[in-house]
Amino acid sequence: MDLLRSQTAKTILLLGSLSGAFILFTGAVGMIAAFHEREVVDRFISLGQLLLIIAPFVTGYYAAGKLRALGEDSPVLLIGGITIGIMTAAPSVILLLFNSDEFRFLLDLTLRLIPFAAASIFAWRLHRAGSETQMAIAVWLVVAVLVGIVTFSFALIFEIKGDLRSVLVNINREWVDVVTFDNRKDLARGIGAFSLISVVAGFAGSILYLMPNLPRRALIYGLGVTVLVGAFGETVRLILQENIDRDTLKEIFRRDTLRQNAALALFIISTVAGFLWAMFGRQARESFHSINVSQRRSLNIIGLVIFVVFMLALPWLIGRTLSDVAVTIGIFVLMGLGLNIAIGLAGLLDLGYVTNYAVGAYILAVLTSIGPLGLFKGTFTFWMVIPLALLAAMFAGFIFAVPVLRMRGDYLAIATLGFGEIIGKLAISDWLKPLIGGAQGVQAIPKPILLGAELKNPEQLYYIVLVASLVCLFVSIRLNNSRTGRQWMAIREDEDVATAMGIDTARAKLLAFTLSAATGGVAGAIFAAKVGTVFPNSFTVFISINVLSLIIVGGIASNPGIVVGAIVLIGMPELLREFSEFRFLLYGALLILMMIKRPQGLIPSKIVTHEVRTGVKPKLAGAE
Amino acid sequence: MALLEVSEIHTYYGNIHALKGVSFEVDSGEIIALIGANGAGKTTTLRTISGLMEPREGAVIYEGEDISSTRADLLVAKGISMVPEGRGVFAKLTVEENLDMGAYVRRDGDIKDDLKNAYSLFPRLEERKKQFAGTLSGGEQQMLAIARALMSKPRLLLLDEPSMGLAPVLVDGVFETVQRIASEGVTILLVEQNAHMALQIADRGYVLQSGEVAISDTAANLQQNETVQKTYLGID
Repeated sequence: MDLLRSQTAKTILLLGSLSGAFILFTGAVGMIAAFHEREVVDRFISLGQLLLIIAPFVTGYYAAGKLRALGEDSPVLLIGGITIGIMTAAPSVILLLFNSDEFRFLLDLTLRLIPFAAASIFAWRLHRAGSETQMAIAVWLVVAVLVGIVTFSFALIFEIKGDLRSVLVNINREWVDVVTFDNRKDLARGIGAFSLISVVAGFAGSILYLMPNLPRRALIYGLGVTVLVGAFGETVRLILQENIDRDTLKEIFRRDTLRQNAALALFIISTVAGFLWAMFGRQARESFHSINVSQRRSLNIIGLVIFVVFMLALPWLIGRTLSDVAVTIGIFVLMGLGLNIAIGLAGLLDLGYVTNYAVGAYILAVLTSIGPLGLFKGTFTFWMVIPLALLAAMFAGFIFAVPVLRMRGDYLAIATLGFGEIIGKLAISDWLKPLIGGAQGVQAIPKPILLGAELKNPEQLYYIVLVASLVCLFVSIRLNNSRTGRQWMAIREDEDVATAMGIDTARAKLLAFTLSAATGGVAGAIFAAKVGTVFPNSFTVFISINVLSLIIVGGIASNPGIVVGAIVLIGMPELLREFSEFRFLLYGALLILMMIKRPQGLIPSKIVTHEVRTGVKPKLAGAE
Repeated sequence: MALLEVSEIHTYYGNIHALKGVSFEVDSGEIIALIGANGAGKTTTLRTISGLMEPREGAVIYEGEDISSTRADLLVAKGISMVPEGRGVFAKLTVEENLDMGAYVRRDGDIKDDLKNAYSLFPRLEERKKQFAGTLSGGEQQMLAIARALMSKPRLLLLDEPSMGLAPVLVDGVFETVQRIASEGVTILLVEQNAHMALQIADRGYVLQSGEVAISDTAANLQQNETVQKTYLGID
């Protein structure tokens, strides 16, 4: 009993249950089965199976760190890893048993035992707390009857339907196939394989922790690269396809999956590279820091040139499909930079940003379309309408800002959320149908034409987005240190004091909303030109939420953060399209994880870093 | 003519009648202290003068012009600057950025010189100019708030409880600074609960009681006044 109460045991049990719950949960929502569809290494391991291994492995590694911090010895760490492996598999194994014909009676038995167990625990605790024996017995009876009724109804449901699937729809054949590593017929073997792999993974996790620093870092690097390349096999193949010949590609990939030899080679290469980096990386960084300022400046310029060339060459390196993803990311970068003016600089929580996106898209659609709804049938070109879309969005931003000027914080957020909904409803309404087509939307939007050439492919549209984003980034950076930017920051900090500084807060807020809307309009127009049609269902509240999330994940008020946030939140789901039903689940999990581990965002701005760690003295700005 | 003339102002918070006909005058170059207990209407008076609130009746006349319904941000350009209660520095801007904000309404080219002046008045701020204002100590934040208010080159400086929440040692320093600013020709209207210190540096004082001016006299006389001694100075 004392052993169970020790901090060590608590840590192991807690982490083990978490890992077990994770595997059980992802199985029950169907993620494991869905992820099984994508193979990481050809005929060796799928993404779903990888999930089963990664959970105990990572938890084992993490637990080893925790246990070491508690002062435990290496054997305890290893035992911890093994325990976590067992605990990871246990809940799913129990579910497997409940689900099998031979052991169904276990489920019945458990359901019948639950009321007695629950009642006994209650009564025991009461007794321990000093209650009268009669009282404890009375409580025992009441709890047993109540819980009994609930479990009895459950049992009834199972009896009628005959299996667990009536309640847990995803505990199905596919799930069983994955967790038993394709031993559905021979359950004992399947459970054995599953448990063994889980235990080995947990053990391996703790061993990895115990390794000396150099090989450990090298291994983490090698495993990470291999798993990422495998998981994003399709993306990697698309990139390689543009740059190497077909036969070599066939050696590496079987369709979208990494071949076993290729995976092994990749693992070895990346581990060696990781080893070299771990050994010499610090030296390299130190020598970079020790060189003098002018040399460093020229190195920076070289870096910038390489970056620019890379950005310009990107569509030809990554091919059509990924260029399309890049354009989508760019559209969201544009919106992120715009919304950041309202949220990051002026502190105005705008949840209706989709409004500006919709206005931009519809303006472009109606003015340039050559279909029945086009007002001018091709008289106006993309380039003429872009400034109009920008102005129209700014006007919309201005109009919507006027009534909410006096609101602050949560009230502002709710009001803007409402405006976003209004736009969606207007777009689909019968009232505006003659103009913007209602649910049918506007079709036949021509592609932009530049110097006589039609920019019809994503590779070409990419450059429009790139230029627009760069312009926007430039304006954004300049605003940060301008009089205008400062007045917004002052309002964000304290509206009353800002007024006392002589700032006209109403004007400043109007300006923030209006400017913030501008890039949304451009983004919408580019989106409309890219897709060629505009439908109302493209403009839902999820656009606003996506833009807001990418700002939060990247780092509020941080321009590079917004770019990274867009790549992570918009790019990744595009690449993992087949798992799109789990998109928001992953979004939610990612956001919660961010709030716990990195509330300041991936690339935080100086100010937010300070805000999050109040009490810690911030690094002096501009100090070496 | 008085620089600032407050005549018979009535200010309300909703239905609550906070100021019931407050009148007083501030002459150019004076230090005037408004003292009174909690809830007497001191801060409300300052907020009414600075334009954050509007009086329902009465007038605030500054340099011969009625400013009762002029917006707060416009008054800064007219030369009225306020140091709000609780200091109100922009915690997440650096010290220097805070000072820059103080000069927000100015468009002349002398801001750099005034920044130097501010640093010579408060050397501590220069040492910490790149630091976030939120990381300063209470006393330093108060100095920053005052320095920031001076950056708009005010003719009238409104100080709301500058000694609040400061250690006694620092309070002396703050009042010394206020005197020094006044000696450079800035008129000062000081709202204080610390009546003892306020009356020591003030020329004249007004005692507010439940939204009305109860006593008005020179600071020296007020210090001798029996009621004031009993109620605000803690002398029996």
